[in-house]
Amino acid sequence: MSYTLVTALSDLREEEALKISEERLNSGENPQGILDDARSAMEIVGKRFEDSEYFIPDLVYSGEILQQITAMVKPKLKRNSQVERIGKIIIGTVAGDIHDIGKNIVTFMLDINGFEVHDLGIDVSEQKFVETIKETNINIVGLSGFLTLAFDSMKETIEAIKSAGLRDDVKIMIGGGQIDEEIKKYTGADSYGKDAMAAVSIAKAWLGGK
Amino acid sequence: METILTSLTKEVIIGDNQPTVLIGERINPTGKKKLSEALKLGDLEIVRREALAQVEAGADILDINVGTFGVNEVTLLPKAIQTVAEAVDIPLCIDSAFPEALEAALKIYSGKALINSVTGEEHSLAKVLPLAKKYNSAIIGLLQDDEGIPKDSERRLAIAHKVVMRAEAAGVPRENIIIDCMTFAVGADPGSGQAIIEAIRKIKAELGVNLTAGASNISFGLPRRNLLNNAFVVMAIAAGITCLIGDAAKVRPSCLAADLILGRDKRARRYVADYRKHQSMKKQSSLE
Repeated sequence: MSYTLVTALSDLREEEALKISEERLNSGENPQGILDDARSAMEIVGKRFEDSEYFIPDLVYSGEILQQITAMVKPKLKRNSQVERIGKIIIGTVAGDIHDIGKNIVTFMLDINGFEVHDLGIDVSEQKFVETIKETNINIVGLSGFLTLAFDSMKETIEAIKSAGLRDDVKIMIGGGQIDEEIKKYTGADSYGKDAMAAVSIAKAWLGGK
Repeated sequence: METILTSLTKEVIIGDNQPTVLIGERINPTGKKKLSEALKLGDLEIVRREALAQVEAGADILDINVGTFGVNEVTLLPKAIQTVAEAVDIPLCIDSAFPEALEAALKIYSGKALINSVTGEEHSLAKVLPLAKKYNSAIIGLLQDDEGIPKDSERRLAIAHKVVMRAEAAGVPRENIIIDCMTFAVGADPGSGQAIIEAIRKIKAELGVNLTAGASNISFGLPRRNLLNNAFVVMAIAAGITCLIGDAAKVRPSCLAADLILGRDKRARRYVADYRKHQSMKKQSSLE
């Protein structure tokens, strides 16, 4: 069968996806069109993940193929024009918790879906979140945590953001193991997501609304 | 090296020449909505039933974790331990991230318990190791430290050394330490399966301690989880773990098979007994 970039990438056909991208680049096509198609393919991948047709390794693989395409396209983009970033987000595992598997997958998916992610790592103090919001002016924040004690850290982090007078400037999402609606309310977050794709859709929706 | 755990009436030995000891993981509200809701109301009926079901499925020890949002573990964990100890007679593994909850449960436990867990993080070493000493308990050491959860085998080995050294310095003898090698989702990191198997071999060779691993984490984010969990269990046992945290009903058959192949089940007593039990259950259900 003959693939387009959208079908090749969304079906995880690495070789075909790279070949098509290369041919299109060599034919003198505007590189932005290639990136737009790649983004549409990633939306299909996300949908398939939601439908349990794709699994975490599929997500990661799609991201790896996309990274190669982006690397290929980047040098051909017009001067001064970077690979377009649709938004920025600060993310970190909250104080007292060191779990980062989930956070790292979320970071990766946000990154390949067009976000510039400032990953503060694990066991991140309230002050560190507050300072980073101040320094960067980024208005989306993701708090991650796996342990039950992380819920209190999330609450305290959000309170610290409030005390710093920044609460109205940022949208905050939380995620990790046991998190649900009740914990969202307890912590004072704006939203929660059950997996990496949820984080991407929440962040995208907030971009539209702000 | 032998780690001995006891209940009021039973003794379980974890060691190289013993069959793999199975620690039942199901009394843990993470990802279990119904259990979580019941625990919030202080209702321990599901806990009691899960205890019985796991013993029926062949668990040798039961892990008891009541940590969920809205639960005071300091009061609920001892109650759960009490409830389970009244229902079943095997040793228990007391599981909480809060040292105060661990101590409250250790106070009322009759026998030599297993604590789950201490980590290589300073706050944990400082607070949890003294409990293992004070209550003469065995303790599971998780391979994570203030730097996070290790991805490779070398860092796992380094943290294992740290935990064992610190435990011995705190008066907890090496036979009372079981190192949890930190099973990692292979779907998230393709090298993680190999890293943990390597870690098991290295820690075993260098420290000689008993080792455990979670049977169910390896398959996170993948389909046919049970298949992966069982494949991992067999490899981990072959590499040197002597006990296993998992769902007894789902992983025990693989455990028994691995033990038999590795010569830990003389004359196939356990393997055949399990077969006979299933045969008679089948017969029973076809008669009904």
